[in-house]
Amino acid sequence: MEGEPVSAVLYDVPGPRARLRNRLISIVATLLILGLVAYVLRRFEATGQFEAVKWRQFRLPSIQRELFAGLRATLKAAGLAAVLALVFGAVFAAARLSDHRFLRWPGSAVVELFRAIPLLILIFYWYYVPLQYGEPLSTLWALVLGLTLYNGSVLAEIFRAGMLSVAKGQSEAAYAIGMRKSQVMTLILMPQAVRSMLPTIISQLVVLLKDTALGFIITYPELLDAGKRIGGRLTYGFPYLPTYMVIAAIYISICLLLSSAANALERRTRRSHKTTAAPAPPPELAAQPGTVPP
Amino acid sequence: MGDFLRVLTDNRSLFVDGFLTTVKLFAIASASCLLWGTLLAAMRVSPIPALRVFGGVYVQLVRNTPLTLLFAFMVFGVPKLEINISFFRSACIALLVYTSAFVCEVVRSGINTVDQGQGEAARAIGMTFIQVLALIVLPQAFRAIVPPLVSVLNALLKNTTVAAGFSVLEAGAIPAYLSERGEKQTPTLIWITIGFLVLVFPLVSTQRVLERRWRGSR
Repeated sequence: MEGEPVSAVLYDVPGPRARLRNRLISIVATLLILGLVAYVLRRFEATGQFEAVKWRQFRLPSIQRELFAGLRATLKAAGLAAVLALVFGAVFAAARLSDHRFLRWPGSAVVELFRAIPLLILIFYWYYVPLQYGEPLSTLWALVLGLTLYNGSVLAEIFRAGMLSVAKGQSEAAYAIGMRKSQVMTLILMPQAVRSMLPTIISQLVVLLKDTALGFIITYPELLDAGKRIGGRLTYGFPYLPTYMVIAAIYISICLLLSSAANALERRTRRSHKTTAAPAPPPELAAQPGTVPP
Repeated sequence: MGDFLRVLTDNRSLFVDGFLTTVKLFAIASASCLLWGTLLAAMRVSPIPALRVFGGVYVQLVRNTPLTLLFAFMVFGVPKLEINISFFRSACIALLVYTSAFVCEVVRSGINTVDQGQGEAARAIGMTFIQVLALIVLPQAFRAIVPPLVSVLNALLKNTTVAAGFSVLEAGAIPAYLSERGEKQTPTLIWITIGFLVLVFPLVSTQRVLERRWRGSR
């Protein structure tokens, strides 16, 4: 994160005058940032956010149980949705790569449609429509199925891009030794595509994990919902801010853990590909390293 | 079918107000996140360590926090600091804080796609920093920045629906209202979907056109 070199395209190696100027700006910037932090801390202090009564409750087993139950519900929804989305993505990527028009077109239509609809609206479909017909779906499944449709469509595009990015000679060689299309896809293209796309796939799963927080809006009892209950208690002086800070820390550490796993994988695959031709990133994804849009 | 149309015509003002609020949220949040995201990117590529660390920490923290949590923080948490902001403004700020982290990363990686030799050559013929930036780096970075930036804005447009859970009457809040009025939900949701498809379409098609035009020219 901070270890990257200063942009060499914009800045020359500083001479004595630039060094002096940089040092001055550094001092001013540090003071400004410290001032900002101090203002926030004072605001917290002045409104009693650091009072022991607001923080002591996190030592209580009952509160910890509540948080863990929320975390478990979040992870359960994320796990189910991740598995289903991977399956959905694989099926629709295969449909879009098919030689048959009657598979390709519906596949494209579904993937394009679900990527264009806001995820919350997809979740509402699963929540409100069964309700209208008197067969309500549990909030867990409304959330999981909504997440599946959206993230599955995004994953389908990632898989497809990965398959298309494998060098053409690979499939040509496989056809030349007499493999059928299904064999070329599963034995030749897919292993290579998964390998080069793994970091992107994991970043999409991080997005999926974060999006489970939308379950809060349809009252699925996940982590944020637990936070609202814990934060709304008069006995502990409405500790909304401490609770949200704890929850943010939980989300951030889980996501960072997953992201660093993705980075480690990326480094490993890059190293082992040195002898062969490095897989070129597919055109759609090449322009946005590390930023899978939310 | 008559029922399907009736849901829209009977509740016209609700749909119109809802989508107008969505567009307003999107306009305010996108303009401000482009500005703040670009500033963050400038910090992250600058030679000032304090600014680089600040930008890096901001992006890492915000990108790994769910948008819904930022909304909850703004709506339930911030009033506890005795700072009172309207629901609409809270929604704008939550969207701004979240999306600018993604804008920052797009701009930064766009700048990094420009070959280092370009800047060196420009300085060698005596260009000033402003000239290097405006004449050499930005025009080249622009092509790498705009297509992914459009998808970030597309995501922002869809993310405005999250405000529905936090007392802002935008398009995503319409189902809850109509559910109280006892309307059927399927037609409501289909109308909202159509509304979003209409709003998303110009963004997606601009992106397609730009990607096609600039493919291979880099």
